[in-house]
Amino acid sequence: MLLLTCPCCGVTAEETEFAPGGEAHLKRFGPGSSDADYESYMFNRKNPRGVHFERWRHAYGCGKWFLAARCTMTLEVFGTYPAQTVEPPAEIVAAIKAKRPEWEGFA
Amino acid sequence: MSDMAVSALPGASYAGFVTVAEAGLRGMISLRGDVAAGWMTDAVVAATGCAIPAQRRVERAGDMAVAWMSYDELLILCDYAAAPALAAKLGDLLSGQFATVANVSDARAVFTLTGAQAGDALAKLCPVDFGTLREGDIRRTRAAQVAAAIWVSGPEEMTLVCFRSVGQYMFYLLSRASAPGSEPKLYA
Repeated sequence: MLLLTCPCCGVTAEETEFAPGGEAHLKRFGPGSSDADYESYMFNRKNPRGVHFERWRHAYGCGKWFLAARCTMTLEVFGTYPAQTVEPPAEIVAAIKAKRPEWEGFA
Repeated sequence: MSDMAVSALPGASYAGFVTVAEAGLRGMISLRGDVAAGWMTDAVVAATGCAIPAQRRVERAGDMAVAWMSYDELLILCDYAAAPALAAKLGDLLSGQFATVANVSDARAVFTLTGAQAGDALAKLCPVDFGTLREGDIRRTRAAQVAAAIWVSGPEEMTLVCFRSVGQYMFYLLSRASAPGSEPKLYA
């Protein structure tokens, strides 16, 4: 079971109260970008075995989007943080590094 | 607005190990805007007499209550007949601000669960640890397949708010969950 803490309302709940929103921190390539960039933005997603950054929405709670860092293998959640964040904040990166020293960092 | 307003399931009640009762017509106003802003506090206090509730709390004053729904949404509970005037008053107080006021009384159904084991009945339906809720807390969650807001409104009373369109479903759920002999005895 995946337990997430919503940073907007502070509730810790299991995943059926949330709706998944796919990979976080995508960089948008819109009009004027190359076909390869656009294709990558539209279709190519990371699928790591380990640390992953995701978007979630507290669908049955406060209704807000937020971001979560978790391990896809163990379902361990390293932290959740506001959706208005362009890259993983320092404290989340530190929490991941503490538990997964071999993690190569956010790229 | 019709003079013949009726609630979702007039008079529906079920006596199991907790008593489930449809609460009848309740006034409800949805207020959206920055809950932390000073102008919001001024308007809410002036209109309802209630303070701005802290995160996931409900503030009461007289027959009115203000519930924290998210950092940009408050739910004002009041008398059904008073809701249109209160919504209009809030609209005046908040004119020019980035906020919306909507009278949602007819869009909702309200159920009251009475009994020491109200949390046990709801624990069958909701992914919530009811042991962590105190009186005056409100928790938005799901009950089986539909959204619900559960307010611990008294020492042995919980008030559940859901959409009116799922009122019948919610009543069946709550009745089934509180059937005598099926007490999970988790909290009481």
